[in-house]
Amino acid sequence: MQEIFNIFIRSIFIDNMIFAFFLGMCSYLAVSKTVKTSMGLGIAVIFVQIITVPVNYLLLEYMMKPGALSWLGENFREVDLSFLSFMVYIATIAAMVQLVEMFVEKFSPALYNSLGIFLPLIAVNCAILGGSLFMEQREYQNIGEVLSWGLGSGVGWALAIVLLAAIRERLKYHNIPAPLRGMGIAFIVTGLMGLAFMSFLGIKI
Amino acid sequence: MRIFSSKNLQLLTRPLNLENPVTVQILGICSALAVTVKLKPAIVMGISVIVVTAFSSLVISLIRNFIPPRIRIIVQLLVVATMVILVDQFLRAFVYDVSKQLSVYVGLIITNCIIMGRLEAFAMGNKPWPSFLDGIGNGAGYAIILIIVGFIRELFGSGTLLGIHVIPKIAYDAGYVNNGLMIMPTMALVLVGVIIWIQRSFSKSLIEKE
Repeated sequence: MQEIFNIFIRSIFIDNMIFAFFLGMCSYLAVSKTVKTSMGLGIAVIFVQIITVPVNYLLLEYMMKPGALSWLGENFREVDLSFLSFMVYIATIAAMVQLVEMFVEKFSPALYNSLGIFLPLIAVNCAILGGSLFMEQREYQNIGEVLSWGLGSGVGWALAIVLLAAIRERLKYHNIPAPLRGMGIAFIVTGLMGLAFMSFLGIKI
Repeated sequence: MRIFSSKNLQLLTRPLNLENPVTVQILGICSALAVTVKLKPAIVMGISVIVVTAFSSLVISLIRNFIPPRIRIIVQLLVVATMVILVDQFLRAFVYDVSKQLSVYVGLIITNCIIMGRLEAFAMGNKPWPSFLDGIGNGAGYAIILIIVGFIRELFGSGTLLGIHVIPKIAYDAGYVNNGLMIMPTMALVLVGVIIWIQRSFSKSLIEKE
């Protein structure tokens, strides 16, 4: 239980998707103009992340790892499909995003309208695929740890985009050199936010 | 018939400056920043992206008339994923240490927005040869930024280039120290911000309107 909590806190503050790994930067920079839309996108990312990461974990564990197919019988004991993992992950993500989109449209039209175009775009958000790839690389032990990594990384991403949006709303009233306006200053602000987040590095739980 | 008509040549050169995928279109930032601590992984990553962009543009452009529009995203993703698997297996076989350094970022080429963006905006509506050139051009525009950032970070962060010491020992004796901040992830962001600043001061047309 303590390990699960540990992974959750680490994935939000220390291994933050944006500040430590630069994942999902494209939509992070493009959508962070107002706090309201970035909040919507953040929630959508958390939502998709807590579904796709565990699903991909189960697929890896029972289909692709060396020897994972042994539940099919003796002949499959030697099969190693792990080279297919990229393709399986991205197919799962594309399918899940489609499913989530239909589900949200049916049961919560208000949320669906506020998310708008962002839901389908999540399929090509690197933070989602990155979540699954890190899950494979770090060899989490059980489904509880995987769930907490999925939730934590999603929350960390959402936190980062909402913070940047709030800063950019304020930046409108400042006199920034013309060539630096817009994207240039957004990059530098993100760099400074990353420096601030580095102060969490020493935390031991 | 010449291989490079002036229109085709533009497809190759425009992405290098005025339509640079990283600094102007703000695509594919994710991997651009993470692999640039050292110059060598940055170069390998740049080449991988050129290969994947060029060949997936070519393949998608060849089959563009047979793809049902409703499922085109999944078809594109699968073509790109196939190319990335090939590149990943190749890197593991021939440059294993670099492949370890790049870790998950090779896999993340699949969701690199440059590739999807070019497939969607160019390859779906153009003939194979221009699409192939467009892929190479955009991949190269991305590689250039990677190499500039990787060069600055390795030179000032660890005093080496491609693993060879270039800052003389006398400088260290005289009190020069490597800038540890350059190795930190955050400096990559600030460097790209500064590159954008410099580029936009020269090409005024790129400055964003309020």
